[in-house]
Amino acid sequence: MSQTATRTPSPLRKNTLTKNQLPKWAIWAVLAGSLVLGAAISSLIGFHVVGWALFSAVIFVIAGFLVTLSVEGERKAKDRFASNLIYAAFIVALVPLVSVIWTVLEKGLPGMTSNFLFTSMNGMTGVVDNETVENGTPVLGGAYHGIVGTVLITFWATVISVPVGLLTAVYLVEYSKGGSLSRGITFFVDVMTGIPSIVAGLFAAALFGLIFGPSTRTGFVAAVALSVLMIPVVVRSTEEMLKIVPNELREASYALGVRKWRTIVKVVVPTAISGIASGVTLAIARVIGETAPLLVTAGFVNSINFNAFAGWMTTLPTFIYRQLMNPTSPTNIDPSAQRAWAAALLLILVVMLLNLIARVIARLFAPKTGR
Amino acid sequence: MSNTLTESGSRGRAGDKVFSGIALFAGCLILFVLFCVAVFLLWQALPTFAADPAEITGGNGFWTYIWPIVIGTLIAAAIALLIATPVSIGVALFISHYAPRRLSQSLGYVVDLLAAIPSVVYGAWGMTVLAPALVGPYVWLAENAGWIPIFAGPASQTGKTMLTAGIVLSVMVLPIITSLSREIFLQTPKLHEEAALAMGATRWEMIRMTVFPFARAGIISAVMLGLGRALGETMAVAMVLSGGGLIASLIQSGNQTIAAEIALNFPEAFGLRLAELIAAGLVLFVITLAVNMIARWIVSRHKEFSGAN
Repeated sequence: MSQTATRTPSPLRKNTLTKNQLPKWAIWAVLAGSLVLGAAISSLIGFHVVGWALFSAVIFVIAGFLVTLSVEGERKAKDRFASNLIYAAFIVALVPLVSVIWTVLEKGLPGMTSNFLFTSMNGMTGVVDNETVENGTPVLGGAYHGIVGTVLITFWATVISVPVGLLTAVYLVEYSKGGSLSRGITFFVDVMTGIPSIVAGLFAAALFGLIFGPSTRTGFVAAVALSVLMIPVVVRSTEEMLKIVPNELREASYALGVRKWRTIVKVVVPTAISGIASGVTLAIARVIGETAPLLVTAGFVNSINFNAFAGWMTTLPTFIYRQLMNPTSPTNIDPSAQRAWAAALLLILVVMLLNLIARVIARLFAPKTGR
Repeated sequence: MSNTLTESGSRGRAGDKVFSGIALFAGCLILFVLFCVAVFLLWQALPTFAADPAEITGGNGFWTYIWPIVIGTLIAAAIALLIATPVSIGVALFISHYAPRRLSQSLGYVVDLLAAIPSVVYGAWGMTVLAPALVGPYVWLAENAGWIPIFAGPASQTGKTMLTAGIVLSVMVLPIITSLSREIFLQTPKLHEEAALAMGATRWEMIRMTVFPFARAGIISAVMLGLGRALGETMAVAMVLSGGGLIASLIQSGNQTIAAEIALNFPEAFGLRLAELIAAGLVLFVITLAVNMIARWIVSRHKEFSGAN
């Protein structure tokens, strides 16, 4: 038996290493087949691009598994199946995220005018919007008051959180010796990261309501709410940065007779300042888009308010929310929608810019740790 | 000779004390603030528990009022996690182990950027793009799968339902879970991976044998953090869901979450209603606190032998 097998070698016999392997084109053939089959099935229930993509993907994953199983065996088939699922997950995740960005760009760009950036909604009533739609004139009114509010509230939140966060991180890294207090602080800072933003807003509203009477709403109350959200982010990033400052620097400073606090102020913090700055920038980027706490702490107005300590204040996120949920003119919602999407585009641009700045700071001024 | 750094004397010593004191104070301030959050919420919520049950919204006392929206919150978060967990683990694996190296770095960066998009933007997108697009599928589901209670018809004609809210939430937590799991996947010891590959494992077997065991605690904590975010997320739900009483069907309007209930009603609330909403906030605070503590506990328990820290 075996002799006959060896005596008549098949002309198609392959190298044993590449035996039982699908040719490279096979997977593309499977893909083409599933696209055709998917088109057929989806046209049975009424053709739609989404349906086509869905059916083709399902058929492709199953067919890829079966084809590989029949030629290459079970293990390779499982590998193929998992890979295809992972690629599918990536594509599934991309669809909504691309859609979000596309929607914001498409709907926001037409509204990005200098009028939008430099006028407020003061005096803008439903009548104005109705006339705009009837006459086809450019949309009046903008988000200037929201921009002012966002800048002021974020500024005060930063002023509160950065010193507290920085000093806490200094305490954790430089002064505590792993005691129960420092472990407690670390744990609760972690827990604080997970506080829902609306609860932070309620806390600030309740605190100021207790002191200054109920329904006290000013920009500063909002800043307190935001700093509750911001402090843990600043602490965590600063802590990480202080930890990577080489100990040799501290010891060299002590050896020169410099006191501990001057070592921290003049040596440790300046070495880590780039990382700290980028961490603070990321924290600002996180709180600048918060909406819920501002709704309950800063209220909503149509006019410009430069005073964070008195009167209600609008920010960009609350502006977006109000324009979409309560359009200025209930009968003609298009001008409101346009303003809202322009504000959304502006907000995203600011957040992305802050993220980029943080990266650039971290990269350009990174301390040389010798690693 | 003296310079500014080595100025000696009592001033330096006092400076040391003052500075360490300030640092200690800042640390304690954080604990104090967290304590205050709990105390003030409790303080302002007290009238709710003292009030006559008939005066509470719904007329049957606070627990009857809060119960449906707690369930609603949990449903929304559960839908979000059911969708987001497998997808984001897949995306994280794609970025860490499947994509070409050059591409994977920039992809990781893009995911981090997406995590920073404000929630109100996701809410606006869900409200104007996703909800209208889902009306068709919901009608189809109600017709063909209506016998399952969660798909019971008639389907909402605006698409503003619990399922839509859950999908928007899943899109929001996806970048968070992805970016946390990706970092942990990347920390898998290279030697383990190479050993598995050298033994002839396929790429999937390598991932199952080395990456997953190493990253298990990290994945769980990433999911828990995503859960915390989904539970506390306000704007997306407030804008996407047209709320109402508790119902089983996910494709009709109805159900409500705690955070959205607060955001929608707080601006007009006063007196007892205000206390009610703050009490609801307290309940949400306790739930998320529990979730976060469990997440941290899982991470700390597995710290020694995994990449989750």
